[in-house]
Amino acid sequence: MTEDKTSFDERLRAAQTRVAGKPPETEQPDREDKSILALAARAGSEMLGGLVVGVLVGWGLDRWLHFRALFLVLFALAGGCAGIMNVWRLVKPPDINGKES
Amino acid sequence: MASGSSIDVLGQFELHPVLGGLGEAIRLSQSPVYMVIACALVLAFMFYGMKPASVVPGRFQAAAEICYEFVRNLAVDTIGPEGTSFFPFIFALFFFILAGNYLGLVPHSFTFTSHIAVTFALAIMVFVLSIIVSLKVQGLKFFAHFMPAGAPVALAPLLVPIEILSFLSRPVSLSIRLFANMVAGHVMFDIFASFVIMLAGLGFIGDVLAVGPIAINIALIGLELLVGVLQAYVFAILTCIYLREAVAH
Repeated sequence: MTEDKTSFDERLRAAQTRVAGKPPETEQPDREDKSILALAARAGSEMLGGLVVGVLVGWGLDRWLHFRALFLVLFALAGGCAGIMNVWRLVKPPDINGKES
Repeated sequence: MASGSSIDVLGQFELHPVLGGLGEAIRLSQSPVYMVIACALVLAFMFYGMKPASVVPGRFQAAAEICYEFVRNLAVDTIGPEGTSFFPFIFALFFFILAGNYLGLVPHSFTFTSHIAVTFALAIMVFVLSIIVSLKVQGLKFFAHFMPAGAPVALAPLLVPIEILSFLSRPVSLSIRLFANMVAGHVMFDIFASFVIMLAGLGFIGDVLAVGPIAINIALIGLELLVGVLQAYVFAILTCIYLREAVAH
């Protein structure tokens, strides 16, 4: 009987932490694997995305303001920087993250 | 498919009217038809999985519960307690993309996630939602995120445009990732399948050699099953990450 009671208390505590939004520790290794795979799938397109947006914005501004290629050059560079910054945000160690925010 | 000796790998992504004269009249192509099939499959799965509603679940109910809990944990762990209110949206998004990716692996079917119009529409939906939530939760403080904290003010003319571009690149990278993965996978299937047809024209030695591309295609099916679920997962988790940033103060 007493064993039943403790196991119920344990389950109740587990359920309460789950509702409070804190995951139980046991699930961690599996989740970690999945997110590393997800990280690898993300990195390349994050960099490409920045460049594509930079080129599109630059091309649009040139068309609108009748410049030849001034904004295209500037925004392609800025877009490339944004892409590299996206990848850096993705892979930077968590302690730097903690310090910054 | 290979016609003669040329390889037309992109023909499989072309849209054609379906369902005969009716489809012609209302300009119905395969893409929306497969979207409806995907929605129907997901709904049927959840409906019949939940129907027994027994305390000790059967296999089908257990599968439905695992799917529910997987996405729920994803949403609540990533976003926090506020994640529960976004959970239905993320659940629908994840299973719509997953069903689309997997339906595309059925022979003679069509992959609607291989069109950038579809993936970009999904991504822009997520992007607009995250902006609306940000503006609602943070108000005008939302715009302060475009200037990184602690950076010297003199660098603002350089940093602010880069931050804005980085923010705008989100829907683009989200949609390009899903679309490019799906297109690349299906193009590879088509290339190796057309190798088989070309080798078949060589007689006996070709028949023997054709085993190679067939084996590669079987392995590719396994890879595509992984890519299909991984891309749906990445789409869902990025939606969660963007929403977490939106609800954070």
